[in-house]
Amino acid sequence: MSGNDSINGNKVGQMRPEDIVVEVNNVWKIFGKDPQQVLNSDIKSSSKEEILEKTGCVLAMKDISFKVNRGEVFVIMGLSGSGKSTLIRCILRLIEPTTGSILIHGKDICQFKRRQLDYLRTHTTAMVFQHFGLFPHRTVIDNVAYGLQIRGMSRKKRHARAEEVIKKVGLKGWEKYYPGSLSGGMQQRVGIARALATDPEILLLDEPFGGLDPLIRRQMQDELFDIQAEFKKTILFVTHDLHGATRLGNRIALMRNGEIIQIGTPQELITEPKDEYVRRFVQDAILAKVLTASSIMSQPGVTLYEWHKPDQALQMLAAKEADHAFVVDRSGKFLGLLNAQNLSEQRRGQSVIGAMEKITNTCTPESSVESLFPLAAASKHPIPVVDEDGKLLEQVETSAIFNSMIRRTEEEKGAGVS
Amino acid sequence: MLEFPSFINIPLAEWVDAGMRWLLTNFSAFFDTVGEGILGVLLNIENFLLWLPWPAVLLIIGLLGWWTMRRWWAGLLMAGMMLIIGSFGYWDLSMMTLAIIIASVILSLVLGIPLGIAMAQNKFIESVIRPVLDAMQTMPSFVYLIPALMFFGLGKVPAVFATIIYAMPPVIRLTNVGIRQVPESVIEAAKAFGANSRRILFDVQLPLSMPSIMVGINQTTMMALAMVVIASMIGAKGLGLEVLLAINRIEVGRGFEAGLSIVLMAIIIDRITSSMAAQQQNKLKSMVGS
Repeated sequence: MSGNDSINGNKVGQMRPEDIVVEVNNVWKIFGKDPQQVLNSDIKSSSKEEILEKTGCVLAMKDISFKVNRGEVFVIMGLSGSGKSTLIRCILRLIEPTTGSILIHGKDICQFKRRQLDYLRTHTTAMVFQHFGLFPHRTVIDNVAYGLQIRGMSRKKRHARAEEVIKKVGLKGWEKYYPGSLSGGMQQRVGIARALATDPEILLLDEPFGGLDPLIRRQMQDELFDIQAEFKKTILFVTHDLHGATRLGNRIALMRNGEIIQIGTPQELITEPKDEYVRRFVQDAILAKVLTASSIMSQPGVTLYEWHKPDQALQMLAAKEADHAFVVDRSGKFLGLLNAQNLSEQRRGQSVIGAMEKITNTCTPESSVESLFPLAAASKHPIPVVDEDGKLLEQVETSAIFNSMIRRTEEEKGAGVS
Repeated sequence: MLEFPSFINIPLAEWVDAGMRWLLTNFSAFFDTVGEGILGVLLNIENFLLWLPWPAVLLIIGLLGWWTMRRWWAGLLMAGMMLIIGSFGYWDLSMMTLAIIIASVILSLVLGIPLGIAMAQNKFIESVIRPVLDAMQTMPSFVYLIPALMFFGLGKVPAVFATIIYAMPPVIRLTNVGIRQVPESVIEAAKAFGANSRRILFDVQLPLSMPSIMVGINQTTMMALAMVVIASMIGAKGLGLEVLLAINRIEVGRGFEAGLSIVLMAIIIDRITSSMAAQQQNKLKSMVGS
């Protein structure tokens, strides 16, 4: 996964040890009578079906390893039965892994005693479930305050905190109702509020929006996005919804039959799928939303400094047979666009500034290709790509935008490159 | 015809007799202590019920009826039935019967609910207890009435003991069923928030199995009442003894009065406890929603 950060600029690939919050190493889970026997024999490397046939054991997770960074949204994707729900449960030891280690803040929780584990669950992590898992005999506020109650917080304090969170998820006024009288979407808000109430560092979401209808799902995803932007939690997010995964996830781990097939950014999964299965899995992704300018940008043709004289500029343009150039200042900050035609009409000017067209339609490497459409439509020149400080990085040509929207099979890709 | 061969002979009766003798010689102190404990509970309840002035009892029954059935006339009806029992001259006897029932039910719950919980949480315990419960319910009660008599002597203690054996199975079974019916997803959620097994039991499992446990309490109470006549055979004073005496003397009218009193008491107790169970069920249903 080298070069992650250069592709995508958000430092995902750089892992300093203190930034790793969750580390899963060679975790296996085998259900059945004698899991150890399977582990100790060579059969463990064969397929799930073969193991089931020969030993009667069900292989749920096979040699799973990954690391999750602080503040990252790590998505675990796969079809039902791929082991993704088992995996997220293992991280809290709601299901015990058969072998392997799970490190949270560098400590192996598989070695934890009961009380250490309960402490971890009350203080560091919180989970949201697909089927909500709310307590039907407790009111909304008592559901939300449950984690705090376990911590031993007084009723008054925990209710005050719960009220804050309930407000945040938009359920103000529903505190005294029982979950049964709420709609599915509202119930999951209670589930999310319950998870947020303890202010956990790590949030585990097990298909939290799976049971909701598409409109509500979309809305809840947006809200989750806002919550993440505000609180910067480390999130492990299990889903089979590709669009949700590509929208929310920094990185995606794609699972099949208990194995992780590929881990990467949404872009990497689409542009560099490891095999045919990954390709088919991501084929429904809306490319324009997933791909970013960074994947299609190229070196600008001619870059001029503001102090260049018009004559010099014309020479440089002529030398590269270009009809336009980007203008930057001393620090490399993007100023505007210079058209060869305009320049030749104003060649008497002090500097190129006089003939320059000011352009505000710039993008960043993180901009989605979708957001480039209107920019490309409004200008006949390439779109300048700038960083946070406005420094010119590269450019995106209109043809590159079109090109990126074409899905190619492996053979066609090979042909395209050569 | 082929006769059953006499050499296939399991001398179970001798074994049981030997076992009984062994228990009686080695554990008489233990049975004395247990007996004293049971008697203590029973006498406290009996003394309290007999101390209560009769109008107070009527008022309590009336209020309980009103509260559990949510109708004022239901309370009035319950109190009226109790009044009829009193009018037959059976007030004190009915209070004694009620004391045996209450003592048996309380002891059944104290023993039965934890047993039911243990059964729900441990497959092995369940597989051991289940056949024992079946035996407790199908064994003719006279069979254990006699050993009870040998352990505790004549009187009220063996009556309560026999009643507990007869009446305890429903509350054990229904506690077990109730706890097993609690959705795994809710328990998992409690676990995920750091609840230990004790908290899961008290925060989630017991509250959610309350309706089932209440049905168990109702059935246990009714079975305790059914045992009253049989228990009177080993010297427990009460309405049952009255029926027994009337049968022995062929006094049809007296027997009918005493029998009707038992029926009326059964109705009162059943209506009140089953309404409590229904209340629990409705409460949970209204929370869970449709």
